Amino acid sequence: MATATNRMLGHLGDSVERLEDPPLVTGKGRFVGDINFPDQLHMRIVRSDHAHGKIISIDTSAAEAVPGVVAVWTTEDIDDVPPIDFREGSDPTLALFRQYPLARELVRYVGDPVAAVFAEDPYTAEDAAELVVIEIEPLPVLINADDTPQDFKGQATTEAAIVEQGYGDIDTTFANAFKVVEIDVKVSRHTGVPMECRGAIGRYDEARDVLEMYGAAKVPHRNRDTLCRMLNRPASGVHLFEGHTGGGFGIRGELYPEDVLVCVAAMRLHRPVKWIEDRREHLMAANHSRQQRHIIRAAVAEDGEVVGLDDELYLDQGGYIRTHGTRVANMTTGTLPGPYRFPVYRSICHFRLTNKTPAATYRSPGRCESTFVRERLMDAVAVAMDMDPIAIRRRNLISLEEMPYGRALDVLGDSVEHDPGDYAGLLDQGLAQIGWDDLQKTLAERRANGEMVGAGISMFFEKSGLGPSDGAKIFVDNEGFIEVVTGGASIGQGFETAMAQIAAEDLGTDYRRIRVVHGQTNRIDYGVGAHASRATVLTGTAVSLTAQAVRAKALDMAAELLQTSAESLTITDGVVHSKDNPAGPSLTLGEIAEALIPTSKLRGDREPYLKGEEWFHIDHQTYPYGHHIAVVKVDPDTGGVEIEKYFIAYDIGRSINPMMIEGQLVGGLAQGVGGALFEEFTYSEAGDPQAVTFADYLMPTLQEIPNPEILLTEDFPSIRTPLGIKGAGEAGITGAAGAIASAIDNAIGIPGAVTETPVSPQRLKKILRKHGK
Amino acid sequence: MKPAAFEYHAPTTIDEAVALLAEHAPNDGRILAGGQSLVPTMAFRLARPTHLIDINNVAKLDKLAIEDGALCIGATVRHAQFHTPACDGILGHLLTNVVSNIAHYPIRQRGTFCGSIAHSDPASEWCMVAATLDATMVAQSVSGERHIAAAEFFETVMTTSLNEDELLREVRIPVLSDDTVYGFQEFNRRAGDFAISMSLVTYRLEAGKIVDPHVGVGGAEDRPRRITEAEAALAGQSPGDDAFRAAAEAAAAAIDPMEDHATNAQYRRDLTATLVRRALENAAS
Repeated sequence: MATATNRMLGHLGDSVERLEDPPLVTGKGRFVGDINFPDQLHMRIVRSDHAHGKIISIDTSAAEAVPGVVAVWTTEDIDDVPPIDFREGSDPTLALFRQYPLARELVRYVGDPVAAVFAEDPYTAEDAAELVVIEIEPLPVLINADDTPQDFKGQATTEAAIVEQGYGDIDTTFANAFKVVEIDVKVSRHTGVPMECRGAIGRYDEARDVLEMYGAAKVPHRNRDTLCRMLNRPASGVHLFEGHTGGGFGIRGELYPEDVLVCVAAMRLHRPVKWIEDRREHLMAANHSRQQRHIIRAAVAEDGEVVGLDDELYLDQGGYIRTHGTRVANMTTGTLPGPYRFPVYRSICHFRLTNKTPAATYRSPGRCESTFVRERLMDAVAVAMDMDPIAIRRRNLISLEEMPYGRALDVLGDSVEHDPGDYAGLLDQGLAQIGWDDLQKTLAERRANGEMVGAGISMFFEKSGLGPSDGAKIFVDNEGFIEVVTGGASIGQGFETAMAQIAAEDLGTDYRRIRVVHGQTNRIDYGVGAHASRATVLTGTAVSLTAQAVRAKALDMAAELLQTSAESLTITDGVVHSKDNPAGPSLTLGEIAEALIPTSKLRGDREPYLKGEEWFHIDHQTYPYGHHIAVVKVDPDTGGVEIEKYFIAYDIGRSINPMMIEGQLVGGLAQGVGGALFEEFTYSEAGDPQAVTFADYLMPTLQEIPNPEILLTEDFPSIRTPLGIKGAGEAGITGAAGAIASAIDNAIGIPGAVTETPVSPQRLKKILRKHGK
Repeated sequence: MKPAAFEYHAPTTIDEAVALLAEHAPNDGRILAGGQSLVPTMAFRLARPTHLIDINNVAKLDKLAIEDGALCIGATVRHAQFHTPACDGILGHLLTNVVSNIAHYPIRQRGTFCGSIAHSDPASEWCMVAATLDATMVAQSVSGERHIAAAEFFETVMTTSLNEDELLREVRIPVLSDDTVYGFQEFNRRAGDFAISMSLVTYRLEAGKIVDPHVGVGGAEDRPRRITEAEAALAGQSPGDDAFRAAAEAAAAAIDPMEDHATNAQYRRDLTATLVRRALENAAS
């Protein structure tokens, strides 16, 4: 693969090819389904087909009698295993609402695991699972989070928590407002749907007393910690291994009942246990997300300044509280003000359980929902004040002069402090690039000719790089190969490439010579994984600091060997040489590594090996920002929506690999379009899920997804990170529903028409009919 | 997502296939052709045939030819074979136009025309084509051959008048005269999805007036069919907005739309009016 010249590839800012692609595109990937161990058992979960009920009896005898079945478990067989705990640590106020690996006394949603069958092959396991007889006494089913809460186990109500955030005097502000604008809007229940369903293999090495789990993703170290807590094992005796992962999106890789079951079963049945989820299970058992209803009002001054924001929301958490606790509620209430000033603010979240699949984070949790709600409100304020939607936004944006802009809000334990950024400036650039004024004229002409076409905008700020800390290790071997060991995770986003590019920058080597380790808890003690757009920001900075340390050590050793000063040396393509005389005496990194082995006499009093380990600690998250603009055409007869044009502007601070960032934005947008127009988990009144296949759960395909124009700027590198990096993972989705909804309103000429996602043809047709269009 | 156990048979002649079907049909023996509907249903264990009779190795089932004024389509002819005209003239052209709406490219490589007809999903494009163009279904069993008119074939959702021991050996679609015009419209939320509603129309002009109108609607009701009320609104009229709207309204009024969790009857009815009108506009343009 080496190029004919000595040009090194993969410096910061280069759109180099992804290191992870060759195996993935040549069928050499190793997903959890590809991993097998001798003598393994296969697990099949028997799930509740009742949304809410009391378990009267479970008869496993017929299933146990099937040849090839090794065991059938109900919760009684694992009554010493506690419910699945929260990722960030135990929380006594929420403990009651946790989910046991197998349902205990009650079932709380269709899909709730009730029994587990372990058999010699997956066919036998599925055959036997059909023979488990579960008797359920139905209980009243609660479908809507905005209905009156019900009793929960006689100890609480289904309103598990109220999460409230805000600042300033709401009552006075609204009493004195020139105008108050209120809307009532809903975000549908949908979620991230990875191409690869979940899977897990538990394996217990009795000789070494080590429990292993394969199929980990996203947060292997955190899940190890939770497993250790739940199973009372030391961290040195539990290891999680991440393989290739077919998409994460926040939902894959959390610690689920099935993960715990394969681990416990491997220890107790003394054989490896493999579980591979099917799609039907996935759509009713893996985390759902997003479902919220907001009743929100703005207090507006005469000049269009929104002087107060007051929000009450109902979050549909589903049957239990899983690993995230109230994280989505916290992020929704903590980020709702977005890029605007809003001097007075309050958001009250009713965090409520229902009898549906448990919910948690999905790409851009909290921001996706709150951005839709806030941007709908800004459009409504513009209409109420008879102002242009751009003008109303400009009037309220936080200005560059006010940055860094702090608010008395909490996002994941971090007080919000906006990084310096020019929100209005990026808006100017975006509007100029898309030709907003001409676009308005063209659209007005087309509407005059009878077409339903319109444009809409949605502005947002993102959060990324959640701290507090991450570390990395780098080791250079005697041949000059470099291994970067991280506690990050790769969910398909190009983690390896980004880390290799960052390390290559300081180690003066081709990024293809760098091997990046991630998601292996036995290789590094600590890791933040891949979530919250933090991997490149946090792990990347730790890698950069470590690479600088290793570089310094290499130059120090080389300086002694070459009898010169370290300052006079540099590294090019893995060779240390004089800056002034590249053709002069030189040493390869491998030769330097050899000089630093423990037994080397050249090493002096330096620590053995050409290696390093450094940590990065961050005070605040970074807050990148941007906006989306959509142009849509509505078919008044069918209610169908076609996205004619899409535009994303985003300030990334500093690009490591622009191609991968654009990939993140486009991929996020695909999911944003899904949430805006297609994807929805609906339930019958009895709590039966109505979207459990891809025929009913409508993922957008390539033919429905626009090819967006992207303006990626690096105008404001983050002040929180030495490289100026801000996260890229979620900006493609955050603004989508808001922009599309706004464009639809504009196209059909009915302000505030869209109050609910997804905007299905039937919903839109109903709106048109109601307005006589 | 693992099917229940079944026994697999791979006959090589039609006689052998229908003999196996006669033997196993009473115990839920099923024909396997393209498998694009049956196999996923088996994976969900919603279908659990005890015997599968795979007809892909049966000789002479791949016929695709004009005989006696009809295009004869054998039981193993794949959807993808209609991407290029299966016959000269309007019919071949019509079928190429319809086929690209059937599911997705990989599915069209395996799925069969006759399999779709026998499966009788209300939203199947081929079922609507067969109903609109008065196709004849040729059923074969150990007791011989039976010809069934489309109007008698489709009964309700995934139910046909085919007997359990009958193999749908062939479908015959009458060739369309060169002066026939046609229009096809379907609406779904994503490319390749089952139609929420669709319409296929054909007619001819004599002295500027519509004759022999066929107005088919699929996806909207429990089975595809010709809507005689809409045809009556067209016959003898000049093609144009008035006649097309009248036919569209007549079709919408005549149907009994299906309802499901995602789509209500009113939406389907309104949509059907739109699609019939647009199909007629297609035909006229």
